[in-house]
Amino acid sequence: MIPLSWYLILAAALFSVGLFGVLARKNAIAILLGVELMLNAVNINLVAFWRYGSLASIAGQVFAIIVFAVAAAEVAVGLGLVISVYRRRNTVVADELDLMKW
Amino acid sequence: MTTELLIWLIPLPPVLAFFLIVLFTNRSKALSHTIAVGAALLSWAGSMVVFFRAVGEEHFGEHPFASSVNWLPTGDTWFKIGVSIDPLGAAVLFFVAWTVLMIFLYSVGYHNFGQPKGDHDRAGLPPHGATVTDEHGHKHTVLSVEPMYSRFFAFIGLFAFGMYTLVVSDNLLTMFVGWEIMGLCSYLLIGFWYGKPSARAAAIKAFMTTRIGDVFMLLGIAFLYKATGTLTFSEIFTEETLGVLANTKTFFGLSAAGAIAILLFIGTIGKSAQWPLHVWLPDAMEGPTPVSAMIHAATMVSAGVYAVLRMFPLLTADFTGHGLTTAMSVVAFIGAFTALFSATIAVAQNDIKRVLAYSTISQLGFMIAALGIGAYIAAAFHLITHAFFKALLFLGSGSVIHGMEHGVLHTGNHHIDPQDMFNMGGLRKKMPITFWTFLIGGFALSGFPIITAGFWSKDEILADAFAHGHWAVFITLAVAAFLTAFYTMRQITLTFLGEPRTKEAEHAHETPWTMTAPLVILSIFAIGYGWVGIPEHFPVLGGILPNWFHEFVGGTLLEHPEAVEFSWIPLGTSLLVALGGLGLGWLVYRNVKSPAEDRLQIPVLKNKWYFDEAYDFLFVKPAYWLSETFTYLWMDKGFIDGILHSFGKAAAWVGDAIRNYFDGPVINDFIADKLSHQWTIHPAARAVRKAQTGRIQQYMLASIGVLFVVGVLVYYFLLA
Amino acid sequence: MTAIQIIFILSALVILGAAVMVVSTKNLVHAALYLVATLFGVAVLFALLDATFLTVVQVVVYIGAIAILFIFAIMLTRREMRDQGEQLNGGWGAAALIGLLTFGGLFLLLGNWRGFGATAAALPSGFDGVVELGTALVSTDAFVLPFEVASVLLLAALIGAVYVAGTKK
Repeated sequence: MIPLSWYLILAAALFSVGLFGVLARKNAIAILLGVELMLNAVNINLVAFWRYGSLASIAGQVFAIIVFAVAAAEVAVGLGLVISVYRRRNTVVADELDLMKW
Repeated sequence: MTTELLIWLIPLPPVLAFFLIVLFTNRSKALSHTIAVGAALLSWAGSMVVFFRAVGEEHFGEHPFASSVNWLPTGDTWFKIGVSIDPLGAAVLFFVAWTVLMIFLYSVGYHNFGQPKGDHDRAGLPPHGATVTDEHGHKHTVLSVEPMYSRFFAFIGLFAFGMYTLVVSDNLLTMFVGWEIMGLCSYLLIGFWYGKPSARAAAIKAFMTTRIGDVFMLLGIAFLYKATGTLTFSEIFTEETLGVLANTKTFFGLSAAGAIAILLFIGTIGKSAQWPLHVWLPDAMEGPTPVSAMIHAATMVSAGVYAVLRMFPLLTADFTGHGLTTAMSVVAFIGAFTALFSATIAVAQNDIKRVLAYSTISQLGFMIAALGIGAYIAAAFHLITHAFFKALLFLGSGSVIHGMEHGVLHTGNHHIDPQDMFNMGGLRKKMPITFWTFLIGGFALSGFPIITAGFWSKDEILADAFAHGHWAVFITLAVAAFLTAFYTMRQITLTFLGEPRTKEAEHAHETPWTMTAPLVILSIFAIGYGWVGIPEHFPVLGGILPNWFHEFVGGTLLEHPEAVEFSWIPLGTSLLVALGGLGLGWLVYRNVKSPAEDRLQIPVLKNKWYFDEAYDFLFVKPAYWLSETFTYLWMDKGFIDGILHSFGKAAAWVGDAIRNYFDGPVINDFIADKLSHQWTIHPAARAVRKAQTGRIQQYMLASIGVLFVVGVLVYYFLLA
Repeated sequence: MTAIQIIFILSALVILGAAVMVVSTKNLVHAALYLVATLFGVAVLFALLDATFLTVVQVVVYIGAIAILFIFAIMLTRREMRDQGEQLNGGWGAAALIGLLTFGGLFLLLGNWRGFGATAAALPSGFDGVVELGTALVSTDAFVLPFEVASVLLLAALIGAVYVAGTKK
């Protein structure tokens, strides 16, 4: 039997890796990949808590479904923005997109 | 239909015509004049029915036709307005109906209905003629139709409404309403050709001058209302009320009745153009001739005399039969003075309408003088006969002017004045109907014996003056009658007799039937009306026809006035002055061909005794100075605007001071600039700015780090 | 070691290994493909957790749509076929620190929680997760409102993405 803790630790690790990816990668699309990792970690947590908590309350899975929807929307818009920015500035390196500096 | 209802309805057709023409038929000349003349015909028919019913009543004065309604609630009672026709009212209604109808009909022809539109005619200016080409290819200029044709009929319709309202009223308020409506229409009609500056000025002059009279009249009405609590004639003219008014003393030794009568009389001085408010009537000749006939001969000026006739019981409330009261003396004086005064001016006038204007003023003076000495019947009689023959004379003069304009258009010489009598002459051959009717009217005016109505009425005034011993009035009126006959004959001689003095007069011709038919009808009245008032004791003729007028109209007063005793002296005087004046006029003027030969062209008479100039100096110029210089420049622009501008300037000065001494140096320079910016904010800003790199990953790093730290703190200090 | 546990450990290794490769590989296309691997692992995990519907959805939506979208975007924004140079930016040290701290913090936090070692309850017989989920998503006293709002969100995202990324003529 797999204790809950295994799932939670896995999710935490995945989350941290995703966080590192968001903070450390140059390419804007890579940043978004990191975000996807984080979202998946969250999903694992949610479903695990559902399974190891009260099975009757299906809220955990519903939350996970919603997270899917939100993740899809976010990726669509985010990638659309990246493409738009690429068209204008011909770069997707995050550090070069610093128009909002002082 | 009951007579009372009919009386209510009589004033309505003309005002309906006014509204219909103004709102709907303004474009169609034929429709407008049909509506207007139709309305006049309806009112005429109603008036005739009422008149004949009135005449058929026995002792009509004791139970006149009356009907009133409660109109204004005044506390416990009601202020009533209504209509009433007593004998005086019936007689006046008769002549008003006839003259109004004749003038309406005349206007159709006068404004050249059926003629082509003029070449350069514009609304606001008199029509100037149209060029037509006949079948042979000749061009001539003919009279053109008046551009503002419908408007004229609308205005005279409104005017007729005002006059009818005045006549049928049973109270002073609606009478005053009719009075004012006529004043307004007088303004509108004198200024009918508003494109002419002289017409505009004359309209304003007429309105202002009559207004002066109207203010005093209103004061009189107010005084009367306060003293008696009613304005209805039948309630005022009762023994008790008149007695009370006669015995209350007011200022200048006048009784209340006298004071009220004088105030109301001042309204008449304005409306009937007596001295000193006579100046507007001659200028009013700027209006079209039907206007002059209607307003200034037959109806409006007669309204003034009618008002005094109505108020006669009030005027004579404290008259005991021996010696005139103050009020009556004032009235008699003004009447007699005006009669002589304007007759002297009339002999020196060359414009055919001006002579008639001054003649009107003079004849009104006769009537007023008659009222002043207490000759009620004589004054009423003369009012009615005068209305007929003066309307006749004015319409005749219009016909003459029309004929002369034909001549002017024929010769093309527009510099000659078609109204100047010295440019006329010999018109009896060219315009026979006009000539004969004008002759009848002129003779009536002069008092030609027996066959003209003017003789009977004028003679009665003189007889009354003589019989009661009012010598001054008698002599003044006799002299004025002489001058009247004189200038009338002068007018007839210069205009119609002799040979044409100008080419234009040679080419004059008779006017259409719409203009000559009224002349003929009015001349019938100018002859015949006198015969209803032949005094009983007149030699030979007296007693053959009953003195219907005296019997009928005399019934209006509480006490039936007694007939004047017959005496040969006034009769002789009247024959002498009439025939003498006519004869002298003919003798002198049959050989006069130009103004240079006319010895009566004395400057002071030609210039109307310089009254216009005097009023201009005394009243008009000071009024202009008061408004333009004193009120406008000094008070308004200087004083009031000065105060306002000084507020503005003070506020601006304070603002500038604050800006220059406080805002600039202290706030802007010191606090904003040095204190805040240079010393504190700018250094701090420069430091903080460095954190904003624009790189989102750095932002994220920073925020997650902070989140982590905060999370730890929260965990250890709050949760664990 | 039961079979379940072995499967779990294998998929956990795949997940974490692929995740690390996602965040460290220089070639972006490879990174996207490693992401696909991670997502497969997560799908297996869902299956182990008896969330059958979510397993399928994970494969269809995440892998079938989102990962493909990533691959499209990567292809559209490349100047050359190979990326050059370092793919980690200057602050990667701080980022690593933060990541480690986060993991450590989460581990400690969860470790102190009572239910950390709980074991799974048995599924009740006749339990149909999909029917339960479906009912929950459309019943008015359950989660129909978030469901509907999520669909509106997707519509908005759709329109926004089309507008933002579209070529302006």
